[in-house]
Amino acid sequence: MSRVAATRWGLIVAMFAAVEICCRVGIISRLTMIPPSGMVVAAWHLMSVDTVRGDLLFTLTNTAAAIAIAVVTGFISGVVLNAVPRLRRVVDPLLAAYYAVPTFIFYPMLVAILGLNRAPLIAIGAVLGVVAMTVNTLTGLDRIPRVYLKTAKAMRMSRTSTVLLVQLPAATPHLVTGVKLAVSYSIVGTIAGEFILSVAGLGRAISLAYNNLDNNTMYGLLLILLVTVTLVNLAIYEWERAIHRRWGLR
Amino acid sequence: MSRRFDGVLFTIALLLAWQVMARVVGSSGLSTPLATLGALERLFGRASFWQNVAATADAFALAVLFSLVGGLAIGLLLGLSRFAGDVFDPIVNAITAIPKITLYPVILLFFGLGMSAKVAFGTIHGIFPVIILTMNGVRNIRPVVRKAARVMRLTPLQTLRSVLLPAALPEIFSGMRIGVSLALLGTLVGELFASDRGVGFMLIQSVEHSDVPTVMALTLLLFVVAIAGGTIMLHIDRRLHQEG
Repeated sequence: MSRVAATRWGLIVAMFAAVEICCRVGIISRLTMIPPSGMVVAAWHLMSVDTVRGDLLFTLTNTAAAIAIAVVTGFISGVVLNAVPRLRRVVDPLLAAYYAVPTFIFYPMLVAILGLNRAPLIAIGAVLGVVAMTVNTLTGLDRIPRVYLKTAKAMRMSRTSTVLLVQLPAATPHLVTGVKLAVSYSIVGTIAGEFILSVAGLGRAISLAYNNLDNNTMYGLLLILLVTVTLVNLAIYEWERAIHRRWGLR
Repeated sequence: MSRRFDGVLFTIALLLAWQVMARVVGSSGLSTPLATLGALERLFGRASFWQNVAATADAFALAVLFSLVGGLAIGLLLGLSRFAGDVFDPIVNAITAIPKITLYPVILLFFGLGMSAKVAFGTIHGIFPVIILTMNGVRNIRPVVRKAARVMRLTPLQTLRSVLLPAALPEIFSGMRIGVSLALLGTLVGELFASDRGVGFMLIQSVEHSDVPTVMALTLLLFVVAIAGGTIMLHIDRRLHQEG
């Protein structure tokens, strides 16, 4: 292991050890935080509880639905905006400022419109993720070298085969980046929604445990959630890297 | 000219769509543009509204202050030392990828309900983009610039003020721009979850009372303020990057 990696892991281990000791000794009260080892034990036990699995499944399926909607709608919007430059010029400032706006504030409104069920959760996840996909689709289409399209024309390719065999593959690295961002934004949206107002889900279970001052459950659930999200993030990050490498970008 | 015309056309189309949607959904879900503006006007006339705005503004200002100062300091340290940067880069990125919203109960347990929790929540949202972009900005400064500073025997403070900060300014500003908008998001979401005052608190209270026009008026207000702020900062950001 290199010196850098050794130092990094040393620091991480030292930090967890420090937190563990602080909790055990009582510098951090148990009412504030339970020791990291306790979180692992709690998470392990919680994973065998049916309602917890149900909540995890609820959150994951909602997130998956939100991501699917965000990616498909975002991609289509990107293609449409690319095809209609006049519309794109008007929408561009909105797209650029989109993530500067706390879009999440629409969640209460979505609950009012769609009712208290999974629909507003899926909707807010999709609303948060969609623009990342749109922007990256546009960037991907913008960056296709002119010569590719000219070559396609010279080869008398049809419109459909130009799209399928030239444009889509050429834009793929940016599309993958769009998917990656849409995933992380959608996750934030659905989980935040569950925290505030929801009928089920890990976010709601965490906020219930918080309200009941049940720190064991709360930190256990939090660990399950963070590990799940980190695994998803890592998988997508690796996928993006593999695609970028194959396209010779890195 | 045609651009402005398109803009007007687009705004009219949006308003029309909003009106039609409001008619279809009904007043229990969406209020019409006019009703929303009316609710906004009533809000402006209420003293309690301005107290809530002030509460949010205070928390937001502190969160921005901590995000910028803290992010700049940490980013500079990690950017200046190759070794420290290499060690911390993946750690900082991993923390950034965590949906910080999940940490809300933890923040509440540590800080208690109220101002400090809101500020802490705003700060953990805002600080990471500042750290990352400052670090990258400083790391990407051409080595010859830093060597020149050394040759001229500038003191560390002089180097920082007249060499490092100006050279990395475009990137640092980008980080600050993202940091500021995330700090606003963090502060507002913090108020939504658990707070006893602020615009976010008003928002969630209006939801609980099914006061749709107020919900929409507050949402519209936040949207307009954030778009305006975001657009101005984006403009400065682009200017800085073009000059550099």
